[in-house]
Amino acid sequence: MKKILAALLMLMCFAYHAKAELRIDVTEGTFKPVPIAITPFDGGGDPQLAQLGQDITKVIMNDLQSCGLFKIVDPNAHIQSARDVMSNPRFPDWKLINAEALVGGLLKRSGSQVQVDFRLFDVFTESQLTGLSLGTDASNWRRVAHQVADAIYERMTGDKGYFDTKIVYIAESGRELKGHRKYRLAIMDQDGENHAYLSAGNSMVLTPRFSPDRTKIAYLDFGKNNKAPNLHIFDLAKGHSESLGAIKGLKMTPRFSPDGSHLVLSVAEGGVTSLYRMDLGSKKLTRLTTSSGAIDVSPCYDPEGKQIVYSSDRGGKPQLYISDAGGGGGTRISFGKGWYHNPVWSPRGDLIAFTKQDGGFYIGVMRPDGSGERLIASGYLLEGPSWSPNGREIIYTCQDTAQSKAGLESVDIVGFNKRKLKTPGEATYPTW
Amino acid sequence: MRLYMTTLLAASALALAACGSTTDECVDTCGQGSGIVPVDSTPCATGTVADFVENVGDRVFFDFDRSDVRPDGMATLQRQAAWLGQHSHFAVTINGHCDKRGSVEYNLALGERRGNAAMQQLVALGVNPARIKIVSYGKNQPVVEQDGSAWAFQQNRVAITVLD
Repeated sequence: MKKILAALLMLMCFAYHAKAELRIDVTEGTFKPVPIAITPFDGGGDPQLAQLGQDITKVIMNDLQSCGLFKIVDPNAHIQSARDVMSNPRFPDWKLINAEALVGGLLKRSGSQVQVDFRLFDVFTESQLTGLSLGTDASNWRRVAHQVADAIYERMTGDKGYFDTKIVYIAESGRELKGHRKYRLAIMDQDGENHAYLSAGNSMVLTPRFSPDRTKIAYLDFGKNNKAPNLHIFDLAKGHSESLGAIKGLKMTPRFSPDGSHLVLSVAEGGVTSLYRMDLGSKKLTRLTTSSGAIDVSPCYDPEGKQIVYSSDRGGKPQLYISDAGGGGGTRISFGKGWYHNPVWSPRGDLIAFTKQDGGFYIGVMRPDGSGERLIASGYLLEGPSWSPNGREIIYTCQDTAQSKAGLESVDIVGFNKRKLKTPGEATYPTW
Repeated sequence: MRLYMTTLLAASALALAACGSTTDECVDTCGQGSGIVPVDSTPCATGTVADFVENVGDRVFFDFDRSDVRPDGMATLQRQAAWLGQHSHFAVTINGHCDKRGSVEYNLALGERRGNAAMQQLVALGVNPARIKIVSYGKNQPVVEQDGSAWAFQQNRVAITVLD
């Protein structure tokens, strides 16, 4: 808790320093949302394109607002249309209403496609920061809007945007009681739109994990009558899932290698849970750890695939350990009190996110050498962190009280911009 | 009046016993799943699922984050082993469960370890391991609703022996 407060305090104390060029840098804790004016994208005289322009603008605004780095300038205060901004932005006027960044966009038809042009300007230096022309089917307008938001985010933060991404999670419904609860694999855009269920809910499904290219999902499916748990891989292009073949023991907590060629997983058998590697071509299993009587669980590779971080109770309570990808001993990296679960390596490699249980539940991050532990979210029951593809945000399962329903929440790695994600029902174990 | 009260008390005591240790899953009673046992019902026929659940006990409870069998669990497992010795046509699945504290992932492993602890005792008491399967549900298929109460936490830290 102290650490969360300290991080918040840092955020509040540092003022935003105007630089020669408009650029957001949150890693230094320097932070004040940048006022950005996004003029409604212009569809010319075409009423259909005009509507599309409005819709696209709304999605871009929602993306940039939700990431916490931008403050959207009230459209009622705008002083130029998007068309005028595109050709001749009047920077001094935009400066007067305190807009620091300015966006304009135009839509036009190009054959059967729609072409979306946009420009991002720095109001103070009176210069264009970026501009793109994107062609698309009209039905694909949401993705294009996310791509525009990504381009703006990337130009201003130096990090890849994460708006044109999807989140897979477990949708739960019904009484939380054996035989009554329905578990379904679900997928949606990161802003909650285009929601769909990938499994019918006839069997319990748990712990979904995206492949590195986001085309497949590995997960645990309990099978017929929930009596035959086995790992499955759902192929998003083919629209169906495949079992990874039955072997003895409970196979669980699968995670793809960075090159997608194999899984690292744990197998529970005879009261011992050990780490294994499964080649996805041959389905051959190789044992990686052998701690007698211990639970080694929730393995995750570093972005290079050279090391594995996991949770193990070999020392008593579950703590975090790192082993070489080939297996063996393991070095303990967490030393705080309480239980440590679900370690997940950041796609940037610099941090490991985890669940900590110590009275309440926390989501935290630490460096791979175990230093710099920071708790960035706390609550009645938090677990299962997953990184945004750019390594800036963490999404996790959040239940606020013993009586409330579980849902998804996300937070910036400095503990800033915590927010609930919209899902149709109860939601757990996101993968991003 | 006094007699009537006694009958009522006896009835509720019987109904509780029929539900094993939970209030929510009153199945597998005499009469196969009627849920409530009539006051005047005959005792459970020996060698039935209901006999096993009511007279032997299908549940072995554990302490928080533990998987070592307590003395009360050991007594239950001794009755289970004796019963399974007499009724050798039954195979069993031991379902491992955990309370809600901890991650889904760790609890799947802990549930397996609890199921295995119960299995090891049954095997030591003479039950053929080939008759026993373990399925861990971790914290995800709770036996009673997880309302955060101490009672619910305890009820869900359990290995349940289910006759197949």
